[in-house]
Amino acid sequence: MSGTLADLKVGEQAEIMGFTDELLSLKLLEMGCLPGTVIELTHQAPFGDPIAIKVSGYTLSMRKEEAATIQVKTK
Amino acid sequence: MSKLPKIALIGNPNAGKSSLFNSLTGLNQKTGNFPGVTMDKLTGIWELEPNRKVEVLDLPGIYSIYPKSIDEELVINILGNPAHADYPDMAIVVADASNLKRNLLLFSQVRDLGIPTVLALNMVDVAENQGYVINSIKLARELNIEVAEINAKKGIGVNGLRLAVEKTLKNRYASNDALPLPVGDDLLADITAQYGEADPYRSLLWLMEHDRMKMFSEEQRIGFDRLQEKHRFDAKSYKTSETVKRYEALSEIVERCVINLNRQWDAPPVKTMTDRLDSFFLHPVGGYLIFLGILFLMFQAVFTWAAYPMDAIDGGVAQLNDYLKEILPASALTGLLTDGLIAGIGGVLIFVPQIAFLFFFISMLEETGYMSRVMFIMDKLMRRFGLNGKSVVPLMSGVACAVPAIMSTRSIGSWKDRLITIMVTPLMSCSARLPIYTVLIALVVPEKSTLFGMFNLQGLALFGLYLLGFFMAILSAWVMKQLLQVKEKSYFIMELPTYKGPRFKHMALSIYNSVKAFVFEAGKIIVAISIVLWVLASYGPGDSLATVEQSVRQANPTLSASELANKVAAEKLEQSYAGHFGHFIEPVIKPLGYDWKIGIALITSFAAREVFVGTMSTIYSLGGEVDDENATIKNRMRAEINPVTGKPLYDAALGFSLLIFYAFAMQCMSTLATTYRETKSWKYPAIQFLYMTTLAYLSAFIVYQVLA
Repeated sequence: MSGTLADLKVGEQAEIMGFTDELLSLKLLEMGCLPGTVIELTHQAPFGDPIAIKVSGYTLSMRKEEAATIQVKTK
Repeated sequence: MSKLPKIALIGNPNAGKSSLFNSLTGLNQKTGNFPGVTMDKLTGIWELEPNRKVEVLDLPGIYSIYPKSIDEELVINILGNPAHADYPDMAIVVADASNLKRNLLLFSQVRDLGIPTVLALNMVDVAENQGYVINSIKLARELNIEVAEINAKKGIGVNGLRLAVEKTLKNRYASNDALPLPVGDDLLADITAQYGEADPYRSLLWLMEHDRMKMFSEEQRIGFDRLQEKHRFDAKSYKTSETVKRYEALSEIVERCVINLNRQWDAPPVKTMTDRLDSFFLHPVGGYLIFLGILFLMFQAVFTWAAYPMDAIDGGVAQLNDYLKEILPASALTGLLTDGLIAGIGGVLIFVPQIAFLFFFISMLEETGYMSRVMFIMDKLMRRFGLNGKSVVPLMSGVACAVPAIMSTRSIGSWKDRLITIMVTPLMSCSARLPIYTVLIALVVPEKSTLFGMFNLQGLALFGLYLLGFFMAILSAWVMKQLLQVKEKSYFIMELPTYKGPRFKHMALSIYNSVKAFVFEAGKIIVAISIVLWVLASYGPGDSLATVEQSVRQANPTLSASELANKVAAEKLEQSYAGHFGHFIEPVIKPLGYDWKIGIALITSFAAREVFVGTMSTIYSLGGEVDDENATIKNRMRAEINPVTGKPLYDAALGFSLLIFYAFAMQCMSTLATTYRETKSWKYPAIQFLYMTTLAYLSAFIVYQVLA
């Protein structure tokens, strides 16, 4: 199933497919969010935003609106 | 002396750069840092061998050479400009081995800038615990550079690093062969023609980041923009493609050099300590409760635990003063020494325990990695008020001192969020307000009272004042958000580092530095103002002071000798220059409940608020109760009588009115200067001064009128 990272629930895993925001994509790439990487949503802050994901062995946090620019495919 | 070779330390945040810097340079550092601020470069001396020294430059942590915020700009301004005074002879890139690929991205960019580079692999043990075994000899061969395995925290592997550095310094080999992603030769030729010979990758850095580099003039910037247009060069997509390309190449190298044991055993991922702790600290409800609990503990500690050393210092200073007054001849000079100088210095020293506790807690939160969790759980809340999760650090450091706090806003990427944070941070109650709070709370809140038998009421009152400062800060931020209708995207893509045990040596050093800075910086001002004030309070226009004694004696023929002396002293103060100043502003501050003596303290406080207590000591020791034994400032103020009502002057109404005034008023030259430096405009410090002082006046007015 495909969607964006913002749709994931805590504990769900997905594979990064691409980005919809060019401005954010550079920062995300530099932080190790590469297409093809498997990520897991590990935490949601109170009120559901921001979120934290596990990516290539470390924890990365971002806002929900930023997560919505990452297209993912769940298994 | 010949110039020492320069080595720049570069790396991702949390890769262990600062630990390595500390173990290389030891105490040979030029630091003066407050906890939470490594915004600027630090330099230190590393002795490779006896009599062979190099200068080490610790730069802010970055993820790539393309900066996203102001603190990150510094790195390309140095590495991209060979004419820069700090341009290094070589670089050590510190990489976290447990996240090798991401760390190598930065390494490959630095190497391609044409700087001879050594890779220091840190946290190899962490990687091995996670099941990754790195063949660093192979990695060195693949990357064509020297690689040294180190353990920065324990200081292991420094010798291997030293050898790698010596070798690289000698051969100066920079393995930057080709651009990561080719561009047209004519573009590079144009850049060379207009801006001089440069490494191809550095030329591209200039082309893409010229706006953030201070070396270029306005004209040169326009030239770069024209070149981008002429060659249809899109910087954004180049950077994105470059990053992808680099990762592709690095993936292959990592694949060849790292053995993943997990894959062979197919073991399920282990829950790390950080995962377990995060389930508490990031819990939707529990996370907030823990944070509040930590804050509460911090303030109880500052108020109750610090009380013992403070009482000792307070009593000691008073005793010293009494002793000196006994053995020295009663003269103007003795007065200056005891009531002016020593009282002033005592006013600074007494707050060292509280400030040390504050810095202890803040540096502990920073060190352990908890601070970024606070940013995470606070972001949504802060955003509603025009702030940002990252504003939490300035706001919390603001509790120690607004100057480093305002500097720490440089990590906030969005200009609007950053400006609002700068504007409201001084409303957080800084350590200079603590002395004033302490003295006033002790006067108006009963000492032994407790709530539910467990919370000290004085501690609660103090906590309340800090909360009040915080709420006023976010309220002001909200108002500014409404006024500043700028549509600017801010983002919050941030690493949550693993939890680490605090390095107590590191913390002790930073507490020591901060306390020293406070004592000397604040101390200088306080002592200077104490002396000026003593002079102003001891002399008056013409011979007015000389005639005071006579007229008091005539007016009160029945008084005893000591009562008479007090009366004379009080009258003298009123007739002095300081008394005249106080009377001059009395009409303005009368509605807040203040008399002319407090007026004197207010005037002096506008340079720096921490002089309040010193001023009070000077005024009250000159103005009466001189023969009170062991007279601390608290007792002197408590003994002060309101001439109109005949009751103690420092009642609840006046006490709270003063507390609120000092909580909100902008009374710190250093903060205004920092705001100017960080915003590069006088407009913002002016607004800051006006809005805070107005806020202080109105709030104090309301409090006094309601309570009186």
